[in-house]
Amino acid sequence: MDPTAKYISQKISRTRWRPVPAGLLQQPEVFAAGSWDNESNRVSIWSLGDNDSDTDGEFDEEPRLLCDSEHDGDVMDLQALSLAHVWERAHRYSCDNAPCTAVVCRSPELVSVGEDGRVILYKADQTEVVRVIENADSSTIHAVTFLRTTEVLTVNSIGQLKMWDFRQQSDSPAQILSLTGDRVPLHCVDKHPNQQHIVATGGQDGMLCIWDVRQGNTPFSLIEAHSAEMWEVHFHPSNPNHLFTCSEDGSLLHWETTSGSDMSTLLQRGWNSRVVSHSGVPLAGEDDSVVSSWLAGDSSKNRLEATHMLPSQTLSVNSLDVLEQCLVCGTDGEAVYVHRQLPV
Amino acid sequence: MMSLLQFIPGAGFHQKHLGFEWGPGDLLVYETNYKLQGIRPRSAGSPSVHVVRRDEDICSPILRKLFNESHLIFVGLQKIKEDVPSKNKKSQFVSISKNYRSVIRACMEELQQNAGKRSPDTHHVSILLAIELIWNLCEVLFIDAAPAGSLLLHLLDWVRLHKSDVDARAREVLQSDSPAQHQSYWDVPAGTQTLTEFDVKWRHWHEECDRCLQDNTFASNRHLETICKILVGDEDTLLEQRELLSTWYHFLVTRLLFTHPTIKPPDLHYYAQSSMNMFLGPRASPEPLDIILLSAFEFDLHQVIKDCSIALNNWWFVAHLTDLLDHCKLLQSHNLQCVSHIRSSYLSYMHVCVSLWQLAVDYFDHCPEFGRVYLELQIERVPLDTERKAIKVLRICEDRQMSEQVRSICKIMAKRALRNNRLGSALSWSIRAKDAAFATLISERFLQDYSNKGFFTDLDLLDNLGPAMLLSDRLTFLGKYREFHRLYGEKRFSEAARLLLSLMTAKIAPRSLWMTLLTDALPLLEQKEVIFSVDQTYELMSCLEELNSGTKDLNQTDQDEDIESTKTELLRLALARNLAMAIVKEGTIET
Repeated sequence: MDPTAKYISQKISRTRWRPVPAGLLQQPEVFAAGSWDNESNRVSIWSLGDNDSDTDGEFDEEPRLLCDSEHDGDVMDLQALSLAHVWERAHRYSCDNAPCTAVVCRSPELVSVGEDGRVILYKADQTEVVRVIENADSSTIHAVTFLRTTEVLTVNSIGQLKMWDFRQQSDSPAQILSLTGDRVPLHCVDKHPNQQHIVATGGQDGMLCIWDVRQGNTPFSLIEAHSAEMWEVHFHPSNPNHLFTCSEDGSLLHWETTSGSDMSTLLQRGWNSRVVSHSGVPLAGEDDSVVSSWLAGDSSKNRLEATHMLPSQTLSVNSLDVLEQCLVCGTDGEAVYVHRQLPV
Repeated sequence: MMSLLQFIPGAGFHQKHLGFEWGPGDLLVYETNYKLQGIRPRSAGSPSVHVVRRDEDICSPILRKLFNESHLIFVGLQKIKEDVPSKNKKSQFVSISKNYRSVIRACMEELQQNAGKRSPDTHHVSILLAIELIWNLCEVLFIDAAPAGSLLLHLLDWVRLHKSDVDARAREVLQSDSPAQHQSYWDVPAGTQTLTEFDVKWRHWHEECDRCLQDNTFASNRHLETICKILVGDEDTLLEQRELLSTWYHFLVTRLLFTHPTIKPPDLHYYAQSSMNMFLGPRASPEPLDIILLSAFEFDLHQVIKDCSIALNNWWFVAHLTDLLDHCKLLQSHNLQCVSHIRSSYLSYMHVCVSLWQLAVDYFDHCPEFGRVYLELQIERVPLDTERKAIKVLRICEDRQMSEQVRSICKIMAKRALRNNRLGSALSWSIRAKDAAFATLISERFLQDYSNKGFFTDLDLLDNLGPAMLLSDRLTFLGKYREFHRLYGEKRFSEAARLLLSLMTAKIAPRSLWMTLLTDALPLLEQKEVIFSVDQTYELMSCLEELNSGTKDLNQTDQDEDIESTKTELLRLALARNLAMAIVKEGTIET
């Protein structure tokens, strides 16, 4: 089933589902989208209409705008929170404001990172920032994710992953991991929902790397996922055998294991991966299959397949979010795509 | 062409002459020093330069949807491969044309919904209506190239579709005028009969209708008689229904329906011209839209495009239609320059809405002559507010092997990072551009920081340079120097010593830093244990002498000279002592 497209007349930098209360098994209905590169940017909230499908199971509701508000500068990241607050000039250079590149929250705490290399911790109900790690990084920190309640993992533009423990007083990272080869900037990071030591990153060269943060300085697996920068990587929160990535090259890939073993054993043993297009017909101007760098493991049993989720080559897909059976993503072609029947 | 009168606040045009200069999408206006005759200046002039921009109708949200959706169709069209047989291609082109039209219609509907609020929107709606009308006709006549027989069917559809936009009520009345028997009659030409068979049957039927009229069969009922006259194609009767028909082309199609249903494309223009004349009458003059449609009926594609460019002031329409016609191989070679010009006009039109720069790239790619040049100029002018935007611009340049632009963008970002003291970011930009010179600059900055502060900053970067170290000699030195300090800190003295020496002998270290390196060697020389071997000590000595034999720096003050000579003395002493101990150590046979 193809996703529905909605053109919203602004280039979308981030889309996020509003979280549904756990255990209710509801499908998400409301999502937020942030724009960028406009003279006046906006954060807008969209609703997908009612959940009940028609008799033939077709969802053909277009997203409807619920409300929006103005935003100074590009919207770099969105997270759902119950309170609202503004922390001015949290990220700055000596004489200018610096772009904040990412925000992550685990209520009530928030962590933000920026181009100024700072990691800042806030509490949702406090106006003062709780803690600032100055000079956390000499390069831009592109993304951040919580590993445990007091630990975060950041990725930067010289290809390093750094683990920070807020319980420690010192301002240096608990651990630094990086690739042995070229220092390619990393743009996104996501943690496996169940196993906290497994982390996926994506970078400038479109390679998807899976790391085990407990051991070693090198990633477990490297997969040639995209031909340009990978902007976001997400494990599916309830079914971690599925992974989603989106990229500057205009594609959104859905990765899933086809064998019986789950993602973590597969990752440890390596796999043979194949990229197939959405409808089985190769897209114009594209190779039929991409075989990744083959790391140790049994090739015949463990397979990782990737499918294109968008019907045709669009401009860069900047953001994606996945919750239950719904996927939302936003592109530089000013379109939001919503897929409500993910095969997960 | 729009004409508007705009007062620019602050520009003293009551007092001085104003000058102006054209920009890409706007106008710069400034006060000159030439006073107007006979006016006494009342206030000081304004020193500012005013930027006058056309009202951003192009940036309206609904039109942006049009641009984005059509861009997707445009890109898909360019990807259609050349080697597909032409019959399959025709159906693809027709479906692409329909896609374009559905995008126009969606845009139009949305504008109509919002129409009450803004008057420019109603203006856009009427333009889009005209555009869709023309496009649809071009699709029927040129892209689909319907042959005789089905031509009229398509024209009927065309008229019906656009008639319903204007007056739904009229449509009801019109339908009551076309009796049901007529509809079933038209199922026939679709497949089962040849054109001549149909023609014969139709003539027979037509003659019968005519006979009915002559016999005054319907004389009793005036309505039926009118209907019969219409069926026969009596022009005067048709003209009497002018209100229902509302346009001359509707009249044309109706007339053809009842007189020449098997009309062939080349014969179309004669009826078109006469229908227009009859409908409009002797006093009314045709509007630009009418002329465009007439040119289309005359199959003069070149004229259609020319008139559209002038009359409609909408480059979007002309650019996309000509591109599609070009793919259908319908444009003559001398029209290709025209295509190129149109596309560049569209691009400068799009330029007004700054956010659309990414869309423009794909159009530049398919601009026949100067696309690449324009793109190079354009891409350098995209403002780089955040790193993410710079990354996107860089990706566009790298995909098209625009190496100069890559270098210049990376340099801008690296310089900015350096200014903000983000040395790691600066280095990552230099690595992307493979800019050895800038990497050297960054390394110099690090070394300067080191000599000022006495310790290295940004250790996370220096300790993890990886293969990037090889980008420039200075950077390699920096990495290795830091490694030396680390080895020293870990008390791995012999390795540290070896590294330090190799930095000088392999000429990785710049001459200016040799004194620093030698001074760093002092603590190693002063250790109780012998660390430098005899050979190593000789090499250190020769390095020291080489350093001293160089030309004296004339800018050195006396104080500096004293310090230098003291250092040299200390080093010589330490080296001599070390040499002695090393010789003894190496000469001793361990028992």
